[in-house]
Amino acid sequence: MSNVQIMTGNQAAALGAKLCNVEVVAAYPITPQSQLSEILSQYVESGELKAEYVRVEGEHSALTVCISASTVGARVFTATSANGLLYMHEQLHWAAGSRLPIVMCCVNRGVGAPWTIFNDQQDSLAQRDTGWMQIYCRNNQEILDTVIQAYRIAEAVYCPVMVCYDGFVLSHTMMPVDIPDAADVKAFLPPYKPHTILSPDDPRNLNPVLFPGQRRDSEGVLRDGYMEMRYKLQAALDKAPETIRSANTAFAEAFGRNHGGMLWEYHANDADLIIVGMGSLASEATAAADILRAEGIKAGVVGIRVYRPFPKEDVRDVFRNAKAVVIFEKSISYGYEGGLCSDLKAAFYGTNIKAPIHGYIAGLGGRDVKARELVAAAKDSLASFDRGMVEPKTTWLSTFTG
Amino acid sequence: MIEVRWHGRGGQGAVTSVELLALAAIEEGKYAQGFPAFGPERRGAPVMAYNRVSEKPIKIRSGIYQPDVVVVLDPSLVGLVNVTEGLKSNGLLVINTSKPAKEIRDKLKYTGKLATVDATHIAREELGVPIANTTMIGAVLKTTNILKFESLNAPIEERFGRIAFKNKNALKRAYNEVKMV
Repeated sequence: MSNVQIMTGNQAAALGAKLCNVEVVAAYPITPQSQLSEILSQYVESGELKAEYVRVEGEHSALTVCISASTVGARVFTATSANGLLYMHEQLHWAAGSRLPIVMCCVNRGVGAPWTIFNDQQDSLAQRDTGWMQIYCRNNQEILDTVIQAYRIAEAVYCPVMVCYDGFVLSHTMMPVDIPDAADVKAFLPPYKPHTILSPDDPRNLNPVLFPGQRRDSEGVLRDGYMEMRYKLQAALDKAPETIRSANTAFAEAFGRNHGGMLWEYHANDADLIIVGMGSLASEATAAADILRAEGIKAGVVGIRVYRPFPKEDVRDVFRNAKAVVIFEKSISYGYEGGLCSDLKAAFYGTNIKAPIHGYIAGLGGRDVKARELVAAAKDSLASFDRGMVEPKTTWLSTFTG
Repeated sequence: MIEVRWHGRGGQGAVTSVELLALAAIEEGKYAQGFPAFGPERRGAPVMAYNRVSEKPIKIRSGIYQPDVVVVLDPSLVGLVNVTEGLKSNGLLVINTSKPAKEIRDKLKYTGKLATVDATHIAREELGVPIANTTMIGAVLKTTNILKFESLNAPIEERFGRIAFKNKNALKRAYNEVKMV
């Protein structure tokens, strides 16, 4: 039985957190996330969600509350955007380093200065190296479903997950969402059973200053040094793709919706040209691929769903026959190029994938990205590849300045 | 796929209109999107909201620039904002107004398809307030055939509860009273 409703991305995220029976919510409102924290506080106030809603004075504290509550064994949720996420930055590292299965929604928004409230993905991309897993959503159904999957992944890997979705483009756009049955969600995601919790019955000193090397503790047990602890974080994320893929498969079996595991593809198999993107832009790219196909250009799309851990094996497989690649990104590593562009090139190193790659920066600060612009850009790239250009300079889409 | 742009003023329920239309679309097993013009909202300021309705899942995530239908909820917006901007040459303009068609056409320098209804008058009589957002849905349904009239019943009942019948009456009157002019 489907139960399709019309809702915004923020409503879908809130509903997802409710269906996961989160026990503690701490969030500080910020556009375009605000509606999400408002709905969650209403759920708690009305008793629909048996959780503690901790009001805080800022995002750094919001995540600190989540870290504390997760440490004592609660399933926790928070959400933010843009400069709010940047304000959390220190605690993002702390949450991942503490190996806590926190789930957060990042409602993607450009960062200041200059101020913008509108969408791009610079906020979450700038948190790439914090040890959080990052999953990008292309529609509101995927937001709800990904929040549910995110807890299953986080609680298996013992690493936090950031569920990223585009501000306004998804957060404020109403779309059909099939709401899963609460009992089915509970079967997919049983209550959280942490392997260790901090408790007055078993007092511990967590995260003390570690020395560079291994050391014996007061009981004579040889303990990891800082580098061993950090190695284990990397090792966990290296293995996480298996967990992410299997969570996606189990979800598809339980609910009939497959969002693609590490990535999804659209007519990529026989494509001469593959367009790459993350989030709502990648959905727009499928409309662009349709237009290109109608014009006789065999185009396909690969949507990078999980950006960290990076889907190295998956992209090597899906791009194995690619003849040309264009990437559209809503963020940039200033002084170089888009981060996804760099990562894809690195993943292809040492393989037989020799397709020319053209990176575009698009849609910063809410600049609308239209299918016909993607089509025009893709054709430009193909033309320059035909002229023998192997590594074109990063192009800023529809950007006009001196 | 049909794309609709709604013009109203902040607080007049343009976003509610797009939500109801989207709900009615999924009642029929179609696909829909509804979204406001993104940004800060200000009560009384001119605002826009948008719908897409399609037989197939909607991949597009960008804005609507060439709508098939433009709906004007507030008569005072005519001449104040460019309501016909980007409207397709065979598109339809549906306006809440008590003024004669010629006056509207002259003011907008518009020769395309036009439908008018005095939705504020209907809303005052049926709802007791001059808020024409649900009323105008009736005019849109009649003049576009996007969706069936009955498909609005469930969404309106769910949204308005005990005053749903008033909204349904207003919607029905606009459905009957709207005129292609």
